[in-house]
Amino acid sequence: MEVDKELPSPIEFRLDPGSGVPTYLQLVQQVEQALRLGYLKQGDQLPRVKDVVAGLAINPNTVLKAYRELEHRGLASGRRGQGTFVDGALPMVGLREQEALRRGLLRWMRTATAAGLDEEGIVALVSSALHDLHAENEEVVA
Amino acid sequence: MNAVETSGLGKRYGGTWALRDCTLAIPAGHVVALAGPNGAGKSTLLHLTVGLAKQSTGAISVLGNAAGSLPALDRVAFMDQDAALYSGLSVADMLQMGRSMNRRWDQARARDRLAELDIPLTRRIGRLSGGQHAQVALTLALARRPDLLVLDEPMSALDPLARHEFKSALMTAVAQDGLSVIFSSHIVSDLERVCDYLVVLAGGRVQVAGQTEDLLAGHHVLVGPTAQADQVAATLPVVRDRRATAQTHLLIRATGQTLATPPGWRKEPVGLEELVLAYLREPDAFALPGPRTSDATKEATFS
Repeated sequence: MEVDKELPSPIEFRLDPGSGVPTYLQLVQQVEQALRLGYLKQGDQLPRVKDVVAGLAINPNTVLKAYRELEHRGLASGRRGQGTFVDGALPMVGLREQEALRRGLLRWMRTATAAGLDEEGIVALVSSALHDLHAENEEVVA
Repeated sequence: MNAVETSGLGKRYGGTWALRDCTLAIPAGHVVALAGPNGAGKSTLLHLTVGLAKQSTGAISVLGNAAGSLPALDRVAFMDQDAALYSGLSVADMLQMGRSMNRRWDQARARDRLAELDIPLTRRIGRLSGGQHAQVALTLALARRPDLLVLDEPMSALDPLARHEFKSALMTAVAQDGLSVIFSSHIVSDLERVCDYLVVLAGGRVQVAGQTEDLLAGHHVLVGPTAQADQVAATLPVVRDRRATAQTHLLIRATGQTLATPPGWRKEPVGLEELVLAYLREPDAFALPGPRTSDATKEATFS
């Protein structure tokens, strides 16, 4: 499927069987996370399909689907016969904007605590709201 | 081109139908999981596919040729439930035997594979571990350079690590050669992540067939109050209905776009394991969204 290349990819994938997130999406999210954390840079090669398949024992089409999705998101591009490479960057929210958002979130969390919600309750509420947001976005796309 | 195509296929052993009324069209290029309880007809379908059994009724073709015919046999490799190898022979002897018995045979590749797996050619088959035994059987099957690889319960005797390594070897072969694979398993967790096409057999009949992606997109769980469950269930194709005094889970067969969530209910996605188990528990429910689902009455049959 792809020819051998000298340089190994800077990252490796792992799968969380309990997350409920589809396998291809887990791969996509791990690439995005690696980009955010600086483990992956422009021009780096993503793990070769053959290696991902051998390491995780998953269907090659799943890896191809993840890489297509990354291309679709403008984060990677395939080079014929070579593999898939990082090509693009995630839209970064400015530091000042992030700080403001963080203050807003802290304010909300204090309100939640005052209302009697413990930490686990807060996490549950946030992930449930994220779920709703995701569903909204999907409806917009559909 | 279809890897396997059957129409009205049936196999009777004595007075018992092991498989009946089986109509399938599985496109090439997939990794197909064949699931179902013991005695559902999985091995029978696989034996018919590789020409080890002859059908009682109907037709079956493999890669465009009648199953069991020479051109079909040439392109198909089969690995049996217990991967029967001669325990007194060495690995090298088995390779030699395979080489002399097959027209298509890639000896170099087989040796490379075994070297990669650190399996010595001088080792006797009887002295191999379960995992190595399965890997040797897979190597012998792949050495025939098949376009379709058929495996009957290939992992049932393997421990978790050997299972993972076997799946990894199988998926690597798929990535490199693009061959089609059909494997049976009654262990549902084996299927997840490996297969991209699913066939479920129940009581000798095809219960579910389709690409896993389509099947997962075509099923949802609705969670809501039991008081409204009758009303909601009446309008939707329900595969499985689980009601407690207050809360109800309905597994619905409908795509996300066409399924409007009733007010007060929540729609959740379904995993492959949950989906397979639901159909196994409800043998009267069918999901046949494949390319040849002309049988509208069957599609509309729900428990």
